[in-house]
Amino acid sequence: MHWNSISEFLAMGGYGFYVWGSFAVTFLSMTIELWLINQRRKSVTRTLEQ
Amino acid sequence: MEKKISINWFKYASPKTFYPLAGKIIPWCAIGAAILIAYGLYIGLIIAPTDFQQGEGYRIIFVHVPAAWFSMFLYLIMAFYAAMGLVFNAKLSYMMATAIAPTGAMFTFVALVTGSLWGKPMWGAWWVWDARLTSELILLFLYVGYFSLQAAIDDKNRADKASAVLALVGAINVPIIYFSVKWWNTLHQGSSVSLTKAPAMAAIMLQGMMVMAIGFWLYSVAVILMRVRCEILERDSKLKMF
Repeated sequence: MHWNSISEFLAMGGYGFYVWGSFAVTFLSMTIELWLINQRRKSVTRTLEQ
Repeated sequence: MEKKISINWFKYASPKTFYPLAGKIIPWCAIGAAILIAYGLYIGLIIAPTDFQQGEGYRIIFVHVPAAWFSMFLYLIMAFYAAMGLVFNAKLSYMMATAIAPTGAMFTFVALVTGSLWGKPMWGAWWVWDARLTSELILLFLYVGYFSLQAAIDDKNRADKASAVLALVGAINVPIIYFSVKWWNTLHQGSSVSLTKAPAMAAIMLQGMMVMAIGFWLYSVAVILMRVRCEILERDSKLKMF
């Protein structure tokens, strides 16, 4: 364990915005991609069922 | 009762066997990706020590470097499938190339944004027109060009062929990105990991990056197979309409 406290962890030595921003952009992009594919699967399944 | 979905498999000899196979592979890749990405985050954010030069800001590499690797690697695989499609006129190869493009574009976007978030505190600029950054931006345009071309041509056969040619021609950009830090005097730092010399970072940092990279790899496989399954179903449903 590298950190002494939660606030130290969140501050990231002053780079908080950049570090958390990077991780947020990455995982948000992956989540949106998964969501889009799921929507696409639903819509094509609906078309085929008709 | 759920209505049976009938699929005209005779149009695609190999997608017939591929569709259920992909369905079996997806959950394993998804579980593996979730475990490895969680473990990679644990190493990268909790265990890895502070970098002596870049402080805590260096932790961005745990997402930036794997995303940048896959932005390039997925392009090469996409170009490979595009070439297979052109050589053998194989529908499934074209579908694979089409399914890879959005994931590749997503990782390119992530690499550019996280790089920018690293550049601001370290270089003092969100963006510079340096060879590495510019060639990576061109990669994003190539991906966008690929699926725009695919969407612009109504005839699927012609769309597949035209976009495959674009994918192949654009592949020249990948070695340019990779070697840009050697060929030109760039602001972007050299590679942290190389096949010929010892890595320029602590073992635990390298380990975190590798775990994350394998996690991204499994994620990519799962997502691409999910998309190719949609592609197979959609093309089949379109055939029936005409």
